[in-house]
Amino acid sequence: MFTNVDARGLSCPQPVIATKKALDSITDGVVVTIVDNEVSKENVIKFATANQCDVSCEQRNGAFYIRIAKSGSAEPSSTNNQPLVKSGNAPSGKVVYFINQDVLGQGSMDLGAVLMKSFFYTLTEMEDYPRSILFVNSGVYLTVEGSPVLELIKKLAARGVTILSCGTCLDYYKIKEKLAVGSVTNMYTIVGEMNSGPVVTL
Amino acid sequence: MNDTTALIQTVDFFTPIVDDPYLFGQIAAANSLSDVYAMGGVPLTAMNIVGFPIGVLDKEVLLAILQGGQNKVNEAGALIVGGHTIDDPEPKYGLSVTGTVHPDRVLTNAGAKPGDCLILTKPLGTGILATAARAEMFPDGVRAAMASMAMLNRLAAETAAQFSIHACTDITGFGLLGHLYEMTAASRVRAEIDSQSLPLLPDALSAAASGLVPVGAYTNRSYLKQVSFSPDVSEALRDIVFDPQTSGGLLYSLAEQEAVKLLTSLRAAGLKQSAIIGKIPEEGTGEIYVY
Repeated sequence: MFTNVDARGLSCPQPVIATKKALDSITDGVVVTIVDNEVSKENVIKFATANQCDVSCEQRNGAFYIRIAKSGSAEPSSTNNQPLVKSGNAPSGKVVYFINQDVLGQGSMDLGAVLMKSFFYTLTEMEDYPRSILFVNSGVYLTVEGSPVLELIKKLAARGVTILSCGTCLDYYKIKEKLAVGSVTNMYTIVGEMNSGPVVTL
Repeated sequence: MNDTTALIQTVDFFTPIVDDPYLFGQIAAANSLSDVYAMGGVPLTAMNIVGFPIGVLDKEVLLAILQGGQNKVNEAGALIVGGHTIDDPEPKYGLSVTGTVHPDRVLTNAGAKPGDCLILTKPLGTGILATAARAEMFPDGVRAAMASMAMLNRLAAETAAQFSIHACTDITGFGLLGHLYEMTAASRVRAEIDSQSLPLLPDALSAAASGLVPVGAYTNRSYLKQVSFSPDVSEALRDIVFDPQTSGGLLYSLAEQEAVKLLTSLRAAGLKQSAIIGKIPEEGTGEIYVY
């Protein structure tokens, strides 16, 4: 099924909103968004890419025809109104990491801290990045100021990995103001993320 | 005026970037006052500049805009001494601000020196999140952006006044790299920016990656030819460094040792997202490298 979105003559961010509406109304199929300028073209392609759609674009008669294919297996584009970050350069890792404490494994806390650092270092060295990392409970200590792995997580974030820290947890430990990487999220988004791909719990 | 006091006069106004008229007044005033802070000065008096569709929009809207502006001028310790309103189909608001500064303490964008570090005092992404606001997406990031835009640069300027600053500018419509380029070109140096150290508003990266990038960011990007990027820098971050800011932070260039102390003081003063974002490695013709 084809849906055409004629966004010619519309200014930013209207073409993106129109494309979002069209994609939200279908579970799978193709949306073709037509725009008449470079900026709208770039923005619509970014939006579609962030929502795990296949995108191609051709130029005809001074307009850009952006073909966006959405498959039913991908999650809806409007998960809590927050399309996921997947920057143009990021590799297409699909794994979601769920980190629920500030050390890795059970046993010695000191050893656990060393292992966590080693884990993040190794992750930054890998070619395939996860799509997102979710931090809950004492795991949120890893994304705030003073975290021993902050620089490594920032590196992952800069490469397009979505970093999400549980807001309730940050509030509970009274460290929300110290959040130093990624954004604050809620259980709705966390569950949405976990349902959208293979989850690795640490 | 004399050996100890020089006058600074600035003017700035723009069209609404938020729906709430009181907040718009606050943001426009904070943005106008920022010019004085960027020159190292203290605001003294301000005059309102208003365009308003008289008889079309409710008078209450105009009052709310003016009250928002008054609120920020009060917070700056200055006085509104008058102003002028014209009938205009599109509302506009801003201030003409008069401030004072010691003639030896005037800051310009032309004094950056090799060996300097660069400090930015507010997080980036207001243009992208204002676009997200129009798309009714990323409400958390939008709220943070509104609060950041309404915040005066007073605290940053007062803190920096204790230090030996080589150059300063405020980050507005040309984006971080546009204003940095003005500084590096005027100072005849080159700059390196560590993209991972940039302070960002929440959701700014996600919103950029979702295509909520304002036209101005693309214009800034195509205009600045002196910028090069490491291939590691994501597309979303590239959008953010060109994102036009409204009432953005102050960008300081100062010697490395001083910069470390200033950063500590800024954070102690409550400007938690201040950060050292890069350095001035050597002389040059304004080139900027982002890694």
